[in-house]
Amino acid sequence: MTRLVQKHAWVLGLLVLLMVLLGITKLIQPSFGATGLESLARAALPFAFATAAMAIVVIVGGIDLSIASMMAVCGVTAAVLMQSMGAVPAIIITLGVGTAMGAINGALIVVTKVPDIVVTLAMLFVWEGVALLILSTPGGNVTDAMQGIIAGSILPGLPMALVVMAVAIALVWMPVRRSKIGLSIYAVGSDELAAFRSGVSVGWTKVVAYALCGLLAAMGGMSLIMLTGIGEPVPGPYLLASVAAVVLGGVVLGGGRGGLLGPIIAVFILRIIRTILTLAAVDPNVTTIVEGVIMVAVVMLGAIVTYRGVRA
Amino acid sequence: MSIHPEQTAASDPRLVRFGRYLADNPVIPLIAFLFFLIGVLEVMRPGIVLPFLGGREGIISTFWVGNLIKFAIPLAMIAACQVLTMLTAGIDLSAGIVATCSAFVCATLMPLMGPVPAVLIAMAVGMIVGLVNGFGVGVVRVHPLIMTLGTGLIATGCLQVYQRFVIATGTEIPAFLEWLGTGRTFAMPNGLFLFVPFAIFVIWLMRATGFGRLLFALGSNEHAAKLSGVRSWQVFLALYALSGLIASVAGLLYLGMIRAPSLSLANPLMLPSVAAAVIGGTSIFGGRGSFAGAIVGALILRVIDTMLTLLQMPEGARIALFGLIILLVTALYVRITGTR
Amino acid sequence: MDEVQRDSLLDASGIAKSFGAVRALSDASLHVARGQVVALMGANGAGKSTFVKIITGALRPDSGKVLIRGEEARVGSPAQARRSGLVPVYQEPSLIPDLDVADNLRLGDTPVEPFLNWVNELGVGGLRLDHMIADLPLATLRILDLARALAAEPDVLLLDEMTAALPTDLVENVLRVVRAQADEGRGVIYISHRFTEISELCDSATVLRDGRSVGDLKIEPGVEGRVVEMMLGAKIDLGARETGGARAKEGTPRIRARGLAVAPKVTDVSLDLYPGEVLGVVALEGQGQDEVFDVLAGFRRPTSGTFEVDGSPVSFGHPADAISAGLTFVPGDRAEALLRERSVHENIALPFSARVGSWGPLKARHERERVGHAIDKLQIDTRAKGEVQRLSGGNQQKVTIGRWLAHGVETLLLFDPTRGIDVRTKRQIYPLVRELADQGAAVLFYTSELEEVPLACDRAVVIFNGRVVDVIDAAEADEETLMRAAYGLTEDKAAS
Repeated sequence: MTRLVQKHAWVLGLLVLLMVLLGITKLIQPSFGATGLESLARAALPFAFATAAMAIVVIVGGIDLSIASMMAVCGVTAAVLMQSMGAVPAIIITLGVGTAMGAINGALIVVTKVPDIVVTLAMLFVWEGVALLILSTPGGNVTDAMQGIIAGSILPGLPMALVVMAVAIALVWMPVRRSKIGLSIYAVGSDELAAFRSGVSVGWTKVVAYALCGLLAAMGGMSLIMLTGIGEPVPGPYLLASVAAVVLGGVVLGGGRGGLLGPIIAVFILRIIRTILTLAAVDPNVTTIVEGVIMVAVVMLGAIVTYRGVRA
Repeated sequence: MSIHPEQTAASDPRLVRFGRYLADNPVIPLIAFLFFLIGVLEVMRPGIVLPFLGGREGIISTFWVGNLIKFAIPLAMIAACQVLTMLTAGIDLSAGIVATCSAFVCATLMPLMGPVPAVLIAMAVGMIVGLVNGFGVGVVRVHPLIMTLGTGLIATGCLQVYQRFVIATGTEIPAFLEWLGTGRTFAMPNGLFLFVPFAIFVIWLMRATGFGRLLFALGSNEHAAKLSGVRSWQVFLALYALSGLIASVAGLLYLGMIRAPSLSLANPLMLPSVAAAVIGGTSIFGGRGSFAGAIVGALILRVIDTMLTLLQMPEGARIALFGLIILLVTALYVRITGTR
Repeated sequence: MDEVQRDSLLDASGIAKSFGAVRALSDASLHVARGQVVALMGANGAGKSTFVKIITGALRPDSGKVLIRGEEARVGSPAQARRSGLVPVYQEPSLIPDLDVADNLRLGDTPVEPFLNWVNELGVGGLRLDHMIADLPLATLRILDLARALAAEPDVLLLDEMTAALPTDLVENVLRVVRAQADEGRGVIYISHRFTEISELCDSATVLRDGRSVGDLKIEPGVEGRVVEMMLGAKIDLGARETGGARAKEGTPRIRARGLAVAPKVTDVSLDLYPGEVLGVVALEGQGQDEVFDVLAGFRRPTSGTFEVDGSPVSFGHPADAISAGLTFVPGDRAEALLRERSVHENIALPFSARVGSWGPLKARHERERVGHAIDKLQIDTRAKGEVQRLSGGNQQKVTIGRWLAHGVETLLLFDPTRGIDVRTKRQIYPLVRELADQGAAVLFYTSELEEVPLACDRAVVIFNGRVVDVIDAAEADEETLMRAAYGLTEDKAAS
């Protein structure tokens, strides 16, 4: 019970922190309003999908280092497909590609028994290579209609990008969360042996979790090309950012705890810090350093918490 | 977590013995494999290695061999970072960026303060990043992969900011680095004057010092090391600092070789360095490794590189192939030894 | 014949299982009929836990069959075993800590209504379905595990040390409910160290020794003696004790512990260990001896209590501190102490390089001398010295002891050093331990094999349920006395 309260308290705390940061932004830049929110939500989009994807594999007790590479593959796939077909079939195919890549990661981990961190490190390079094979230089085509999806606001203060993200992630996660397979994901991450003894198929659960990660990474990859209008084969800085957001969002490295809401709020917190630094006229490169330091510090904090948790 | 012990038990004992033999003496089959690859290369492009087959002068192209060695040296040095850290079941993903940073710092400071301070400061940069890595891995216990990735990211940011301040000063490369990087003695690259002592040092460190023994011990069984009174954080701190130092020296040599400092100079060495170490028989799970193997691994990768270039393979295929090599070798290792 | 088959619920016969060179089970059998509660008993290392794993489908036997209701059970996983009608309750809770009660039930397809009825019946009130498992006390978890098993309406219920963490009133409820289950026609396998419970609950007992079933006994008054006898079996001659009896305790003790407690297992352990003495520790598995050794070896700090070495109080934060104070530890699990893929020499010489000051070039000659001395002394078979994992279990164990022999021994903490090793090696270890003591070392010696206590020790402390309940003169004690002490059967005497 207390843990339940604690968990919500953490997410609530993050939400309060986000509000405070938004307030600070408004103070620094009084003209910060609906358009500011819009651009913030748009910039956060790929990070949010990457984080949601990472959160699921962390909950199952794993990690997927190949997330940014999978996003790159999906981005270029969609951009190339849209040159020859409509947006809808291209999106559907890309989602399939992402899911398949995730499932391959998961299956390799289960079948080879090589630890997740090593498999996904190798796959990071494999998928990066695949992305470059599909498109060796930035290119492809993104239909205007698709870019239009995340532009503007539904209501004042409610950016379209935010709605798209919430709907997309909810469509993936909600049916899973309360179903048997969702329970199994938490069970395997929490205590693999107890899960096995409760009759959970551990291997299958892991494959599904990694496949879901791939599916969300595909959405992330597509959101990327919606932002830039072009397919970019070189993976972006989404790995460390997603791990940091997942940890900050209250998902314990090692698995079993947390949800997707916390990490996504954490994404916005990390993004808005960047906005604030930019508004405060800090050199963008310095901003990168500050961001990096914050992310490393968050991950360190997570490691301390996990380490203490194991020892206690 | 081994929940299905019944599945892991039985592997073919002959396969296990063969695997052990290879793991004990990785260099012998690796050298054989290297010569095999060179043979294949010769078939692909007759005369490239043995000029007389192509109707030119000479039995062996010393130029080609020298070139092969020259470009394998910085790779092998960065692979030393991976071998040493992988002995403790770690990895140093910041090594490529550290090499880039120290090369850039050296080239930009050279016009301002002369070669010796520039080189020393460049090496200090590498050590500082290494110490941060060691702190994160040894004291805070962040996974080395994540930690070194993070410091690499921060170091890149710092380098970009640093570039702003020195953009006006221009760059210059210390003459002795250029001599090491591009000069030849008896057709062999001068880099060997640095590399041979370096290789002897690393092998000596691994085999004949207490520190080397602890690296193997931590990777083999950290609990057993703790039981014997080893405070692992001290070892990790020293190890990652050393790794940073090695990376920066490799970066300096690479600077002398390429002679064009940039913000991503040595970054492409990162992935092949991991692959070279893994091919060379170093286990990514710790406790087993050989630098001699990694040197041969680096040579092998350079030959494969040449082949891929001849085949006009795109960059993507190369990266994907190296990734697959890492996965395949590791999976094979798990399969053969049954350990993780 | 038909009658028998209909009544027979579980028939396991001729079960054998080896792990590499170690034969855990050679011929184990167990029969459970309708309405029967069968106790499965055996001393430590008799093969009980392997047998349980095979019956429940977590392990596959090398040979032998497990029949459930007369049909061969193809048990490949716990889930399959459950479908075939056998439901186990394991020694450690197998509920998911980060899920609430309702989700745990959903995960295992357990019907909620019967589950809640059983929880009530077993006497745990106030349980809510949204309680997180991680927040519930251990005793409650055991009850939930049992209730979950009962709600699945099994034909055969397997209870492994079900009552170990329970307070008395809950134990009574459990015994009552389990008995009622049997009376309704179910079969129960009951594993426990506690004779009082077994005589109250069980119909018969199957005794396991050295991997085989050595007898089925009907439970009747006075059966304890025979069970103890059977568990001990015919003795293998472990050799005679060579050196004299208990030494006089004089001077400052090397180790003096007062009121050590380590939550939650250890509540009150006090002991004195003198130089020149081998102090035995007699305890059943999991009575808190692991935690006591962890504290002495520097792996964890006690929750309360004091601890002195040579008269000055100490608090170890790392094993290195313990080693500086002269306390060296040989753990029970060899795998914890060895660098499996490294050489014998490297394993023994490891402590030489532990301090930062000794990270430089290895002192090869000095090391070779010390390591060679330890190898000779222990007669380690070094034919496969290139990799410790290729040595036999006994030789591996010698390497873990040899490490401290080469380093120099002041106080040696031996935790079950003879577990799973051959008789010949055992015979070499006792005189060695005695010799070390004769030379002035202090040795704390826990062993799970009671017959070793008189062979190696001067005195022995008995730990039961986290407390020292007795100190006995080890050289004089016979095995039955020790066994009774270990099972807490002398606890009344000690308390009074």
